[in-house]
Amino acid sequence: MGYAMSEKLGVDNAYWKANIRLITWCLVVWAFVSFGLGILFRPMLSGISVGGTDLGFWFAQQGSIYVFLALIFFYAIRMNALDKKFGAEED
Amino acid sequence: MDLQTLTYIVVGASFALYIGIAFWARAGTTGEFYAAGRGVHPVANGMATAADWMSAASFISMAGLIAFRGYDASVFLMGWTGGYVLLALLLAPYLRKFGKFTVPEFIGDRFYSSTARIVAVICLIVASITYVIGQMKGVGVAFSRFLEVDASTGLLIGTGIVFLYAVQGGMKGITYTQIAQYCVLIFAYTVPAIFISLELTGNILPQLGLFGDHVASGTPLLAKLDATVQELGFTQYTAQSGGTLNIVLYTLSLMIGTAGLPHVIMRFFTVPKVKDARWSAGWALVFIALLYTTAPGVGAMARLNLTDTIWPSGPQAEALAYDERPDWFKNWEVTGLLTFEDKNGDGRIQYYNDKSKSEEFNAAATAAGWAGNELKVDRDIMVLANPEIAKLPNWVIALVAAGGLAAALSTAAGLLMAISSSVSHDLLKGTLMPDLTEKQELLAARISMAVAISIAAWLGLNPPGFAAQVVALAFGLAASSIFPALMMGIFSTKINDKGAIAGMLAGLLATLLYIFTFKGWFFVPGTNMLDNTTANHFLGIAPEAFGAVGAAINFGVAYMVSGATSAVPENIRHLVEDIRVPKGAGAAVDH
Repeated sequence: MGYAMSEKLGVDNAYWKANIRLITWCLVVWAFVSFGLGILFRPMLSGISVGGTDLGFWFAQQGSIYVFLALIFFYAIRMNALDKKFGAEED
Repeated sequence: MDLQTLTYIVVGASFALYIGIAFWARAGTTGEFYAAGRGVHPVANGMATAADWMSAASFISMAGLIAFRGYDASVFLMGWTGGYVLLALLLAPYLRKFGKFTVPEFIGDRFYSSTARIVAVICLIVASITYVIGQMKGVGVAFSRFLEVDASTGLLIGTGIVFLYAVQGGMKGITYTQIAQYCVLIFAYTVPAIFISLELTGNILPQLGLFGDHVASGTPLLAKLDATVQELGFTQYTAQSGGTLNIVLYTLSLMIGTAGLPHVIMRFFTVPKVKDARWSAGWALVFIALLYTTAPGVGAMARLNLTDTIWPSGPQAEALAYDERPDWFKNWEVTGLLTFEDKNGDGRIQYYNDKSKSEEFNAAATAAGWAGNELKVDRDIMVLANPEIAKLPNWVIALVAAGGLAAALSTAAGLLMAISSSVSHDLLKGTLMPDLTEKQELLAARISMAVAISIAAWLGLNPPGFAAQVVALAFGLAASSIFPALMMGIFSTKINDKGAIAGMLAGLLATLLYIFTFKGWFFVPGTNMLDNTTANHFLGIAPEAFGAVGAAINFGVAYMVSGATSAVPENIRHLVEDIRVPKGAGAAVDH
């Protein structure tokens, strides 16, 4: 294959920048629910009770997994849209 | 029908299914052998990835870990699922676009260095072999308890089945058996969990039952559990007992390690398109989450069930008399995984924490005539014994045996695939014998697979003393060497061959050094330089949690060395540009 598209889709182009922005935001959420709500901020949230325990415990053993799932599908949908917008789709 | 016969029928039927697939899914080309012809549907690949990933540890050990560690075991739940976000966003789509067959092949091409490729091969083989040992142990346990076959015979039967489909079908055979194995294992895991959740909380979903009310006492399940274990001198179930920094780094290390495990990454080479790799990672996590969100409920409910069995009227009343112990207790005593020692000679089973830090509790225990904890429970039996403890029908118990075997065999096959393709494709075809024809390479791949299976079986029969320590090693290696190299290879055009090699070696050595300092050189007991206690750990970081630090060292060294040495060649910059864009995925194979 040739590199004719490199100018439009090469390193540091708009497509890649949009992807990096999307990844960054997804990873912020990823870290916030697991390391944040599940571990570091748990003592601060101990007042919010969820079925016999607190919100932090729920995020550590259930919630973060659901958010991870949502993030992967969200990323896939947004990236597939970006591929279309920039003409980067597979043939 | 008695349990024994029923178990034989259920396990036999599942094995017959795997053998059937072996004959149907023969691989005719290296493309089929290494990557299932890149024709696997993303949902099917998600299912296969889930089985590939969920090992004997996930199926058998994890709920037990949660049961005994409570909140602190959240590191496994978040770590082993959060890694899929990294995999989906940072690695899988790009490595699929690259379009080759193995993980070391990407590292070798991107860093234009066969040294880098060999370093990656060594990390891959060490990580995968250590991981295989754990699966072999799981196969042995499941066989010896449920089929009353000697563990060695069980192991040979199990590896024989893997041999049939992996040598003939390679990745193609493994993919379709993994799909079948996923169905068996998830059914086997969730059915008992649903029964137990219904019994204890009246809620059909363990995910909700965990946060629901305990029917017998009318209080929330977790509040009841907290109170019960505290009365026995244990830390509250929902309380954090480990250091926060260690918990954060442990979680992060497992996440990075998960994303860097080659046998998981390889699965994404089997889907037709880059787009499919993105979807497929999501589907993989859907199928994994079914088990991982069930496990916390299983763990908590198993702990409560166990405690209630031993203390039928609560810890303030008399403990269970040994002569009145239930049948499941007797069954597990035979395996040695459950042991009773009547320390105070009263014929009753006092199960409590005899190392409690509370003076008040210790005084009360002595006053009650307790002379130390009398019950030892191996955490691995919690899932396997659960249906018996909850008095579920025999077919459920038979199913759990088949599920445990499916989990162990599917992961073992994936690991063996990673090892054998690395040997035949990276070492032989890629380095030592580049003149191999397609047919010869396929034969070499089959022979590598057969040898890898034989070594795994041998290691299963003669497990090295360090078998229990190996998970730390596998994740440490993947986190500190493989993941950073892959990520930098994709996201940076500045990292050159020298930077990548120096980074991988620095991350690897730092992690190994830290693990060996506390666990002994090459895990030989007594050779550790420091005792493996929190007080000795650097900043309280346990050896298992050090992978993230190793990864940081890898990134840092790679950037510094690359900055000080020559720039990346133009054709490699093009390669990086190319893998970042899905367009042209079909053509990339002939690069």
